[in-house]
Amino acid sequence: MDPIIASASVIAAALAVGLAAIGPGIGQGNAAGQAVEGIARQPEAEGKIRGTLLLSLAFMEALTIYGLVVALVLLFANPFS
Amino acid sequence: MALDMSIFPPLPLAKLEVGQHLYWQIGNLKIHGQVFLTSWFVIAVLILVSILATRNIQRIPTGMQNFMEYALEFIRDLAKNQIGEKEYRPWVPFVGTLFLFIFVSNWSGALIPWKLIHLSSGELAAPTNDINTTVALALLTSLAYFYAGFSKRGLGYFAKYIEPTPILLPINILEDFTKPLSLSFRLFGNILADELVVAVLVLLVPLFVPLPVMILGLFTSAIQALIFATLAAAYIGESIEGHGAEEHE
Repeated sequence: MDPIIASASVIAAALAVGLAAIGPGIGQGNAAGQAVEGIARQPEAEGKIRGTLLLSLAFMEALTIYGLVVALVLLFANPFS
Repeated sequence: MALDMSIFPPLPLAKLEVGQHLYWQIGNLKIHGQVFLTSWFVIAVLILVSILATRNIQRIPTGMQNFMEYALEFIRDLAKNQIGEKEYRPWVPFVGTLFLFIFVSNWSGALIPWKLIHLSSGELAAPTNDINTTVALALLTSLAYFYAGFSKRGLGYFAKYIEPTPILLPINILEDFTKPLSLSFRLFGNILADELVVAVLVLLVPLFVPLPVMILGLFTSAIQALIFATLAAAYIGESIEGHGAEEHE
């Protein structure tokens, strides 16, 4: 592999995961905070809130995973090498 | 390309291989043999458990039958919640198959020490960490919700593309492509990420330290199976009942 392509791919892979983690990080923080608030207001609804929270956290996590998939493609199945 | 960290002395269980496969040649097709081997294993486990559970059905369930009835009730509730009381029954087998296959695949990759079995190239792992498996499952889901919409509403199904206004037509068409894309990438990425994280940690500290991450991996694997089944049911329900009741992504 051309060294310039190799180094550019590695940097791009790092950026892909790093940048993709920012948005879902903020979103998950918000969601978890609101869920804790909800449980504090209504402790009897804890089970339902927890289930919904986990499901929506997984949805947000998927966004970072998309970045990870791009990074993995760049590292292991680079189309330009 | 195999990620082989040759700075460390080679450990028997700590090698990472991404993009290396055991190729089988069938006609003009090159297929990934290791995925087939593990999928057959998963299918065999599921069939065996089903046979064991239904071989001697009792009025008051015990043991295996009790467990499978619990699983069936769980899947039925999931389908009922997403598709609706009236239409859910014919879709329980489809949603249940998706859930059970993905769940057992994910957990087999995490719980069974596949790495002890050596192949000539590639390595055995969960079938869902190969993108071909997840794309196949996602395309099946697409077909299923098209079929559900057509059989229920006929050509009126296409009216959903110009709802609420015809301006949204391109976005509605795009949605049909992004649904299987996001379904397959989500599952593939999560499972592969789990296995990579565990493998990297095992590479650094082979004992005890990777355990919490492995438990986290079990948890995310289960959640991913649940999400795939829930979304498949939600898409089917949406195309059966017309204008989207619930919107995910």
